[in-house]
Amino acid sequence: MNARQKRRLGLAVAVSVGVAAGVALMLYAFQQNLLYFYSPSQVAAGLVEPQTTFRLGGLVAQGSVQHETGSMEVRFALTDGAHSLPVHYSGLLPDLFREGQGIVTLGRLNEAGVFVAQEVLAKHDENYMPPEVAEALTEAGQAPVGISW
Amino acid sequence: MFHRFTALSSPRHFYAIASAWLPWLSVLTALGFAVGLYWGLVVAPPDYQQGEAYRIIYVHVPSAWLSLMVYTVMAGAGLVALVWHVKLAEIAVYECAVLGAWFTALALGTGMLWGKPMWGTWWQWGDARMLSELILLFLYIGVLGLHNAFADSRKGARVAAVLALAGIVNIPIIHYSVEWWNTLHQGATVTRFDKPAAHSSMLWPLLFMGTMFILYFSTVLLARIRVRILEQEADRQWAEEVRRG
Repeated sequence: MNARQKRRLGLAVAVSVGVAAGVALMLYAFQQNLLYFYSPSQVAAGLVEPQTTFRLGGLVAQGSVQHETGSMEVRFALTDGAHSLPVHYSGLLPDLFREGQGIVTLGRLNEAGVFVAQEVLAKHDENYMPPEVAEALTEAGQAPVGISW
Repeated sequence: MFHRFTALSSPRHFYAIASAWLPWLSVLTALGFAVGLYWGLVVAPPDYQQGEAYRIIYVHVPSAWLSLMVYTVMAGAGLVALVWHVKLAEIAVYECAVLGAWFTALALGTGMLWGKPMWGTWWQWGDARMLSELILLFLYIGVLGLHNAFADSRKGARVAAVLALAGIVNIPIIHYSVEWWNTLHQGATVTRFDKPAAHSSMLWPLLFMGTMFILYFSTVLLARIRVRILEQEADRQWAEEVRRG
């Protein structure tokens, strides 16, 4: 490698490292703003400003889903294991919505501390398996849903 | 060894080698895709939660892998083009950008098709995985644009190579976005340190399709570079001989 090639290599490396460092600093500064959703624990810790619209994510608590007959209203609790929040939603639910499923909702907290949702999205986990395997897991007492969420 | 490497970087030698390999690679790719698609779309079992709809991963996941891999190859070629001014590397940067942009678009498109029925939305602007993959598409398009933006095509190639190199920072961001931030997009199923989170009957066809996508990329990249070499060397004697047949 001659002197000119060495200089160009140094320049190329310097540009790449400089851009990477700049982006890393920027992402670090904006870390909170890049949160797509807050967990019930983060809400309990007061990380969300009151009276703001935000996304809340967690698992639909087992046995908490109550459909109101004759309407599209649904009430359920959203949990992350440590904390849980009551959610009230009126509208169509995605196919994957069920107890134990991870979901992300957009809405705001009312005065009573209930999260009033305008939108409910299902969050799929990264596990893929045939139905027979899922059944075997359930029988063995290991719920296949939301294993590593 | 080094002598062999430099000989390969001569367009004329590269043309001869690419011509010898292409027929074999093409047949292998076509057969591999037929086997892989049958395996993934017909033989593999349905998913316990998503039923048949999950089968889109046999296209979505390999395209997303390739969108990252092609970028890395492109940045490597960009470094060689910048430092050693190798013409072949300049061509490789451009052709990688064309193919990478298509893989990225395919990953985004198939992801949206799956997202609507499963998540309940086509697209979420706040999701770090979706946003960083969209930026990847813009980076590819930027490289293509810069390449063509100069009257002196070799100058354009070098400016494009700088963007290709600078944009490499986006690759780890895309990969780790699902771990660093809360995202709607699920975490990694295969490329993680512990056991893959897919059953082996679904995992093997996925890995096979991934390999076939790499084969497809290599084949098409060779074919495209070969054509571009002939175009650029049109006034050389050897190119004249190739044209006459």
